[in-house]
Amino acid sequence: MAKIYIPTPLRKFTNQNRELITGQQTLEGAIAQLVEEYPDIKKNLLDENGEIRSYIKVYIGDEEVDPRKNGAIKVDEKTEISIVPAIAGGL
Amino acid sequence: MSTWKEQELSKQELAHYSRHLTIPEIGVEGQKKLKAGSVLAVGTGGLGAPMLQYLAAAGVGRIGIVDFDKVEASNLHRQVLFGASDVGRPKVEVAAERLREINPHITIDVYETRLTSENALEIIRDYDVVADGTDNFPTRYLINDATVMLNKPNVHGSIFQFEGQISVFNHVDENGERGPNYRDLFPEPPPPGLVPDCAEAGVLGVLPGIIGCIQASEVIKILAGIGEPLAGKLFLFDALSFRTQKVSIRKNKDNPLTGVNPTITELIDYETFCGIGQDEEDVPEITVQEYRELLNKGEDIQLIDVREPHEYEIDQMGGELIPVKSVVENVEKFSREKQVIVHCKSGVRSANAIRELQEKYGFDNLYNLKGGIEAWRVEEPLENRTTKV
Repeated sequence: MAKIYIPTPLRKFTNQNRELITGQQTLEGAIAQLVEEYPDIKKNLLDENGEIRSYIKVYIGDEEVDPRKNGAIKVDEKTEISIVPAIAGGL
Repeated sequence: MSTWKEQELSKQELAHYSRHLTIPEIGVEGQKKLKAGSVLAVGTGGLGAPMLQYLAAAGVGRIGIVDFDKVEASNLHRQVLFGASDVGRPKVEVAAERLREINPHITIDVYETRLTSENALEIIRDYDVVADGTDNFPTRYLINDATVMLNKPNVHGSIFQFEGQISVFNHVDENGERGPNYRDLFPEPPPPGLVPDCAEAGVLGVLPGIIGCIQASEVIKILAGIGEPLAGKLFLFDALSFRTQKVSIRKNKDNPLTGVNPTITELIDYETFCGIGQDEEDVPEITVQEYRELLNKGEDIQLIDVREPHEYEIDQMGGELIPVKSVVENVEKFSREKQVIVHCKSGVRSANAIRELQEKYGFDNLYNLKGGIEAWRVEEPLENRTTKV
């Protein structure tokens, strides 16, 4: 039961839900479930080739992961997957 | 430019900084390093306002401030450098007054201008550190590229509603190893409109205070040469859940500035790089002047305002309010026969709304008001405005 944290700018695509609890066993499966449950997030998270967009990073704990290259990484109930987009506010 | 060893601290300065002097990590040496140091703060808004006050109070010897804006009422819930009586005054002017009051022993340089590709290198060149407190992607990439080209550390802070991000980019450690920069973290900005600015999305007033103070702390550490700067790391803070994280930033071999094959060797057009203006161009648009001509001719047109209700409450131009999030469920309210003019604050949200309606329902009679109500405000005679404040 891994947990995916959804950042504020993407919550408009997840009915304002802040996280997704997933029973998937791999990173790839977890991201696939996120996209399946919230189809509108897909084009803002993944490009045409299924790669994470260049203005978004994905982390497990403190380490960057790439669901395409490291998709087989095992996730479990202790795993926290963070989606971190670029934000620019400051004024 | 004098070194820290040549600095003297007067009796008044010793009294002002006494609580710093007693910290072993700072002491007289650290305080002299701060006095010999300089920082350029770009933006005196939510992040800049708290950051600048602490940098001034802490005794950073020379502080440059870049901003072209004037104080507005909507700034006051977070930009604590300004008060209600300052509305309408240039921010840099008010900021300089306040900072000189906080600490008369330092120098304040004022640049009442927008940082651009033409002036950035010249302005940044004379400072030791840059603190980025701007509010848009083009300026953030500009600051990143300029600081890389000039070998300056870039203390970056950014905010969105309840969330903040901080990092120290392009920092050279004691071994001469250069840390990652903003392009390593985010090679490209999001498309315009995906991450709205604070004016559109809102921000918890105290959040930039928290993030701006952490930026000030990083600047002070770098100038005093103490501790571990937040280089190669991104600190994430969510005020709503109090979730914090410090994640790693890897260098990207494809970075166009510092990667294996650098392609950017001089500052570029950052508005174009960030797609500003281009996204709206793919939907039909109408200028304020053209819209006014239609009104004058008595044409039967429909005007729809896709901003939020609170924005409509402050100022509106007579359109029907259908917030952008609800255009699909209110699709029947959009005329199929008439010309429909859709507007928001500046034209980004209305372009998105039109695009969505075109794609899902095949509309061909929707026009985006170029520049939104902001353009209308500029060109509309004062007496014709429908404004409650």
